[in-house]
Amino acid sequence: MFKVASKEIIPMMKHGISRLTDVEKGKQVKITSFEGGNGIMTKLNRFGIYPGDLARVVRHAPFQGPILLEIRGMEIALGMGIASHIMVEVAACDLP
Amino acid sequence: MRFALIGQPNCGKSTLFNQVAGYKAETGNFSGTTVTFTESKVRLSGKVIELVDLPGTFTLHGTNPAEAEVLKYINSHAVDAIINVVDATHLTQGLELTLELLSVDRPIVVAMNMMDEASRLGLTIDGPALMTRLGVPVMPLVASRGHGIKALFLKTDQTAQAAIPTRDLSLCVENDLQRHQLAGELAGMIVSQGRRRVSWRDRLDDILLHPVWGFLALVVILFIFFQLVYGFGKLIEAPVLAIFNAISSQVGSYIGTDTLFGELTVGLIQGMAGGIAIVLPYLIPFLFGLSILEDVGYLPRIAFLMDGLMHRLGLHGKAIVPFILGYGCNVPAVMSTRILEERKDRIIASTLAVLVPCAARLSVVFGLVAFYLGPAWALAVYLFNIFVIALTGRILTKLLPEDTPGLILEMPAYRIPTLKNVVNKTWFRVREFIVEAWPLLIIGSLLLAFLLYYQLSVYIDALVRPFTWLLGLPAETGVPLIFGILRKELSLVMLRQALGVNDFSQALTNLQMLVFTVFVVFYVPCLATLSALRRELGWRSMLAVSALTVVIALSAGLFVRGLGFFVLR
Repeated sequence: MFKVASKEIIPMMKHGISRLTDVEKGKQVKITSFEGGNGIMTKLNRFGIYPGDLARVVRHAPFQGPILLEIRGMEIALGMGIASHIMVEVAACDLP
Repeated sequence: MRFALIGQPNCGKSTLFNQVAGYKAETGNFSGTTVTFTESKVRLSGKVIELVDLPGTFTLHGTNPAEAEVLKYINSHAVDAIINVVDATHLTQGLELTLELLSVDRPIVVAMNMMDEASRLGLTIDGPALMTRLGVPVMPLVASRGHGIKALFLKTDQTAQAAIPTRDLSLCVENDLQRHQLAGELAGMIVSQGRRRVSWRDRLDDILLHPVWGFLALVVILFIFFQLVYGFGKLIEAPVLAIFNAISSQVGSYIGTDTLFGELTVGLIQGMAGGIAIVLPYLIPFLFGLSILEDVGYLPRIAFLMDGLMHRLGLHGKAIVPFILGYGCNVPAVMSTRILEERKDRIIASTLAVLVPCAARLSVVFGLVAFYLGPAWALAVYLFNIFVIALTGRILTKLLPEDTPGLILEMPAYRIPTLKNVVNKTWFRVREFIVEAWPLLIIGSLLLAFLLYYQLSVYIDALVRPFTWLLGLPAETGVPLIFGILRKELSLVMLRQALGVNDFSQALTNLQMLVFTVFVVFYVPCLATLSALRRELGWRSMLAVSALTVVIALSAGLFVRGLGFFVLR
């Protein structure tokens, strides 16, 4: 029992994968994947956001509003709906 | 010879276009200001060139109607050269489109815009290296200040006449992801980051986007804006109106108002007075202030701040650009719904956009409510309006459930607006009023004089009587309300004539003014907006939206009447 449970947890912790909506302000992240099918993917690609990109969470808007993401020198506001579909890997330490 | 400007949203295509063509295209410091193409002839060392400004797009295969316009235009028009405008501060993003354009069989020149901003951010861009790698000319540009424009056009002319060089096939990749990576590598090669930016943008954003200070700043900014418009307008309205009233009564007593000629003359003066004394004093400062807010880049920040709250109120997050544009004029607001992908979203956004009190309705709110009841009441009308829009949005999203993911919006850098651009933009919109609306106001006033003289207005009044009776308004308000569909300002201008008074307080109680204004704010959009609705959504939706606005206007008017019964007297 214990073994099975740890097997499920450990890979997650190792890669530190979480939802973009759960990432704190100021953290550096690497986008790993998009959930929710091609529609979401196409929309984000149009704005030049792809898996593998490095990004920084600049700030969160009040009242569960959008997340401001700095990506390749551009700041993009992403509503909660779409941000919750973005899976990211949080870097172990912040880049300068 | 035809050159097309292609680039990502908010990279300054329209700014460049306006620099050479005069102010013909709307500009603003946010994505999606241009939704259709604008053409203009420009003169280049003796030659006439057709220049076309296309909507901003991140890719040639965009999915929303504004983006699709770009590919449609290149395929259907003889474009001799493409000027690919790239924002130097967002080169990695911009190069993706540039790489995509390489597979289009047309001469291309890359215009590296906002070079001043880039150097301020400490970015060094190796233009010659990019030129060698891409095999197309790369020209530096500061469109907002007019630097590098002449050289850009001469180079484009030269390139257009030369044969298209064979493209480096390793750059023409079909796959989006590969292109994305390639653009990243390319940008890494030619851009070097110098001194890390000491960004006052971040510090300003820390305040303006702060959960507490941000809202406080928003309220203060809007309050100051409101006070300035009101202060300036009132300063002009009262004395100018007094002059016109004096002229009107002088002329009236001289000719006599009981003849058709007399009625028509007074009508003519009333129509002119409406434009100069009631509308322009509020319109000019409003449009001037809106231009500044647009160019600074504050509007997307309002969207960022308000999105969460608006979602809670049931308002569609992405409808914010049309919503904000609506305060200037509903026509561009309805057109800007093209940036939305789903038809369903476009219907919701258009419906909400036409409920936003535009600059024309602003003159009714200020000329009637602010002038007679005080500015606090005008502010209350605006807040009530937002409340009704939110409620409508909530109901509409329930009726037409949406599955779109919500807001994706580029947050532009702050820019200090140039006086020239702000003045030009204000004039561009004021001229629209003078050329298109003012003659209509005068014609409307003359027509009303005619109707009054032959006592035909009573029939129209009788037709609208069910509404005016329900709202507790005098029957005479019927004609101004009907004519208001032509131009919203007519409702106010004709009201003076229809009631036969110079001072509204002689014929209307405070509550009646309030109810009248609220009804005018919501009911059927003006003719120009209706035709925009028909173009964007079709006849049926246009009629449905109009019917809905009447229902909303009536409910809102009745609500205010009921509420005012307890509050006002």
